[in-house]
Amino acid sequence: MKPRVLIPLALGTNRDADLGTAFELAGADPILVPLSELRAGKTRMNDFEILAIPGGFSYGDALGAGRLFGLDLMGWFGDQLHEAVAAGKPIIGICNGFQALVRAGLLPGPGHRAVLGSNRSSRFECRWVTLEPGSGPPKDQVPGRCLWTESLRGPLRCPVAHGEGRFVSDDLDALVQTGQIALRYVRVGTSTGGIIEEIPPGPDSYPHNPNGSVGNVAGVCDSTGQVLGLMPHPENHVFARQDPQRGRSSGGSCLPLFEAGVVAVGGKARMKIM
Amino acid sequence: MTVAEKSDFLWKVLCPGAGWLLRAHAGRVTTQQVEQDIGILVGPGQTQADALKRAHRFALPVTQIEAYRIVHLRGTLGVQEIETLAETLLVDPIGQWWRVCRGNTRDPVQEPELESGRIVIETGLRPGVTDREGVEFVRASRQMGLKVEFATVATRWQIQGDLTEDQVHELANRVLHNEVVERWATGALAPAFADQAARPEPTLVLDIGGLDPDGLSELNQARRLGLDAAELVVIRDHFKGLGRNPTDAELETLAQTWSEHCAHKTFGAHITVQSKEGEEIGAVDSMMGTFLRAATDTVAAPWVQSAFVDNAGILSFEDGWEVAIKAETHNHPSALEPFGGSNTGVGGVVRDILGVSAKPIAITDILCFGDENLSPHELPPGVLNPSRVREGVIAGVGDYGNKIGVPTIAGAVLHDPSYTTTPLVFAGCLGLLPSGSNPTKAQPGDSIVVFGGAVGRDGVGGATFSSQTMGAETAEVAGSSVQIGDPIVEKGLIDVMVAAREAKLYTAVTDCGAGGLSSAVGEMAEELGAEVELGLVPRKYPGLAPWEVWLSEAQERMVVAAPDPEPLLALAQRWGVGAAVIGTFTGNGRLVVRDGEDVVIDLDCRFLHDGRPQRQMMAIAPDTSRPERSPLREDWTEVLLRLLAHPSIRSNEDIVRTFDHEILGGTLVRPYGGPKGQGAADGTVIVPPGTSGTRGVAIGIGVNCVLGRYNPNAMAWSVVDEAVRNVVIAGADPAELSLLDNFSWGDPTDQQTLGGLVEAVRGCHDAAVAFGAPFVSGKDSLYNVFVHPDGSPDPVAPTLVITAMGIVKNLGVVPLTGVVEPGNDVWLIGPLVGSLGGSHLDAVLGRDYGGQVPGVDPDTVRRHHQVAQAIATGLIRSAHDLSEGGLAVAAAEWALAGDLGLALEVPGSAEVLFGEGPGRYLLEVVPEDSLKLQALIPEAQNLGVVHGDPLVALGDLVVELGEIDHAWRGHHQAGGKA
Repeated sequence: MKPRVLIPLALGTNRDADLGTAFELAGADPILVPLSELRAGKTRMNDFEILAIPGGFSYGDALGAGRLFGLDLMGWFGDQLHEAVAAGKPIIGICNGFQALVRAGLLPGPGHRAVLGSNRSSRFECRWVTLEPGSGPPKDQVPGRCLWTESLRGPLRCPVAHGEGRFVSDDLDALVQTGQIALRYVRVGTSTGGIIEEIPPGPDSYPHNPNGSVGNVAGVCDSTGQVLGLMPHPENHVFARQDPQRGRSSGGSCLPLFEAGVVAVGGKARMKIM
Repeated sequence: MTVAEKSDFLWKVLCPGAGWLLRAHAGRVTTQQVEQDIGILVGPGQTQADALKRAHRFALPVTQIEAYRIVHLRGTLGVQEIETLAETLLVDPIGQWWRVCRGNTRDPVQEPELESGRIVIETGLRPGVTDREGVEFVRASRQMGLKVEFATVATRWQIQGDLTEDQVHELANRVLHNEVVERWATGALAPAFADQAARPEPTLVLDIGGLDPDGLSELNQARRLGLDAAELVVIRDHFKGLGRNPTDAELETLAQTWSEHCAHKTFGAHITVQSKEGEEIGAVDSMMGTFLRAATDTVAAPWVQSAFVDNAGILSFEDGWEVAIKAETHNHPSALEPFGGSNTGVGGVVRDILGVSAKPIAITDILCFGDENLSPHELPPGVLNPSRVREGVIAGVGDYGNKIGVPTIAGAVLHDPSYTTTPLVFAGCLGLLPSGSNPTKAQPGDSIVVFGGAVGRDGVGGATFSSQTMGAETAEVAGSSVQIGDPIVEKGLIDVMVAAREAKLYTAVTDCGAGGLSSAVGEMAEELGAEVELGLVPRKYPGLAPWEVWLSEAQERMVVAAPDPEPLLALAQRWGVGAAVIGTFTGNGRLVVRDGEDVVIDLDCRFLHDGRPQRQMMAIAPDTSRPERSPLREDWTEVLLRLLAHPSIRSNEDIVRTFDHEILGGTLVRPYGGPKGQGAADGTVIVPPGTSGTRGVAIGIGVNCVLGRYNPNAMAWSVVDEAVRNVVIAGADPAELSLLDNFSWGDPTDQQTLGGLVEAVRGCHDAAVAFGAPFVSGKDSLYNVFVHPDGSPDPVAPTLVITAMGIVKNLGVVPLTGVVEPGNDVWLIGPLVGSLGGSHLDAVLGRDYGGQVPGVDPDTVRRHHQVAQAIATGLIRSAHDLSEGGLAVAAAEWALAGDLGLALEVPGSAEVLFGEGPGRYLLEVVPEDSLKLQALIPEAQNLGVVHGDPLVALGDLVVELGEIDHAWRGHHQAGGKA
């Protein structure tokens, strides 16, 4: 049986269908459920193998992006979420879903403080970025490897579309130490024939690091390695035709990210169609 | 000063009015729970660079502006609870703090004590204006078990500068707030909650039976009905025949239904056309029928499923699927409240798509702004600063599209001095629906179900307001016509409407736009008749007059006819959208509206919809003769850079990137592409999500605001041609195109203005027939005139927007944006020489040097087909059309987009470099394919090659890519090198 993915919907969630498509391509069975129905207890988080919090503008970003979604998650489903983590289930939050998981305190996790603040440009921005999977925790620390990103080979390419995505943490070094920086913004060098380069600090970091995140952080994992949050939208690069470079270049499909989640719960990734 | 000291300082300076609460917060006093109004201030302040820049434009001596958020709330709360609210709902754990800054408003609120040079201004929404933050604050606090009754968000501006009292007022009025939707005060602004908007008014019967035309005209003006003299007489006589007078609701319903906005009476008028000598030279009985519908009938395209009759045009897309398309204008509201105007403009056109049972999948926007370099004191009273209009309009489009989750994929930005007083906003939407799934036959006995938000006094009279000219006082008298949208409600509406259509739960649907329920129910009841009980209509607050409930244009509502409303109500609940059954379609041909016991409206539907006398109008045909052009000598390199920096030509990437064009995952050709994502695409393509994935929809925009002054007929041809070029480059089949027309014109009762309009509409007809591309929907916006206090009219530049939509049948051959590879050949299709009359060259040189404007050229039709065939055969690596600024601008843009150089051998004349005209393309072809291209298009001219050096050479004109980039981003200053 295909793993079932719960995609909960708050008022104003809008990238749910895109996320569903990505999981479907990855070999899972996505199910979209409004929070009100979850709350009524018709469906429980434990009925699913994977939890995926989608992007959008939950509650219109009122009182700060993701804040009220996060409040819903913790206020209504706190126990179920902690159960899911304890049961080893993969959880992913993308964009507004990441913001909600940070507000809910699941990311970066207990003992850390982090905020997704307004972009340094103070504007909403939609553009494609390149992401490099983090090197993960030190070799001897097997638990805690991010199950979503550890198997990724090479960079991912996908769009960002957000106004509040600047990752700020008062203990970035600790997150680096524990290998929780799962994805970082990098740039494709112009002079070196398309080789991936670190983004230099200073004004040149924009737009490769589109929001001014410290350490070029695009995504973080919790200490268990099960919960991933990221600002960019991997769900919008799962078909070859979604690559804006079309004939000029290819690669960087984000489908393997979703497949990693599916494989982690014993599902079979579908045949590659890229 | 340390952070702690600074907070303390602010606390003392900003919050002296809340002494008892501060003490309480400091823990010295424990208060019991009491009902109270309080304010919570969140810091630190955010530096407001844009506001500071605007203040400097007004020469206000301000050195810093910081904004703090305040939440005003009323509730029964203790100190601990206030702290919980603030920590949970208002501040970030890193870098933010909060303070209670306002006590009970029943106590006098003190002015904050200001340090010298520090000024505090507070701004907040007027009660009743959409306030999503306030609503969510209340919802969330109740979820936390806390008793908050009302909440509303305000802004505290802290200003450093030495301002006089007058200057403080100017800063507040011109820079920090918009009186149409906001209030302000120096120091503390007393909170105002939505319940305070109440002001009950009963239904009035208006005694018009005895009024003569002068009396009718007075009534017309007093109520801003916007009716013609002949219409007023017909209405008076109709009620005389009934032996009674109309109610205010009946009169308002007639004014709305017969408004220019809803009835398009100029486009349906009988127009007598005279020469400028006063000789009658022709007549047009309905421009709509004679030109637009006639073109569609002549083309008789088999792919058109619905044209003109529904909320949007509907076209075949592929087996099992249809697409719907529509574009609207939202000019008048955007002039008064730019954010709200463009915001609700997008919302409205998206609902037009829902109104044909389609799911919205893409948004387009064409924005026309005035002169941003104008000194603020040159602005007429009542006119907003163009830079503020620009910021607001762009933010409004992005806010709506991004939040409802529909990609904004195509658009244009134009600048003209006339847009200073009358900015224009066009918004379009593309939708997708299963073939044949739009039901349009309501049945007697069907319930009338309204979905979406509740009704308030906001947006009353929008239809009539947007059918009249504007002046200095418009903001005051028509302010309530303007609103701010709530895209989160619209997102829910989309989900509900799509689910309702899938489950086949309704028999007819329409959106609730201009005219509110009056328009929506009125139209649906045209043949059946309906009975409505206003008491069942959800309201934001009590105290609304019945006619206000009936006509309120409260946004984000849809109306359906449903045999069984129960499953619809359940769906609405699932998606968190409001819904109510408000009446029944009867079948007796009468529109009856009750407010409890009172009959507020009882109108014969035939009179309401067919009783309006056809408007009789006079027009003077435009004089299209042009002076001879004398030859020019200029530094063409400098001219090219100035052209690239022209506000209608330069890059809009900074705007476009604030719009999500990726959501839904179907975007194939983005508005900006190329290796660095900085090149403007001509047309854009979306692969509708959920379809086979093998076909795309191409959208192209054509627009011009210069040619209409010289030759409106030729303008129409040019604009249609531009839209067609753009979709051809995007890979569409030109044999299967559909068009939308959007006119924004001046006052049609001015005979010359109308004469130009007639010629432009005639031109649209001729071009549509020649291109074999039917019009499927359209919208005219007239009376775009600002009347100065001295009475002199300032009409908008005649502006025509054409949207072309085509089907891309092979996604694999769509040309790339920007040149692709050094060594490839560059071919020109169409004549090398263009026209300079009405060109952008003259625009940057600052005067009209005469000469013919680009004319009608039937040969372009063949060229579009040839280019499309070359693309379909897979020969074309990339392509760009010659448009504003001609060959030189096209080459520069194309090279920059591809981040490569071009070496083109062309003569260095102005006509070659900068001439404009229809049906011209640049194509990039690999050398091995050039013979094949020549075989397909024998007239193609080889101009040169793509090369790897970052230089664009057009004969002797040589420019570096870096200079092009600098200029195209708008940085080039006239007279100086970049």
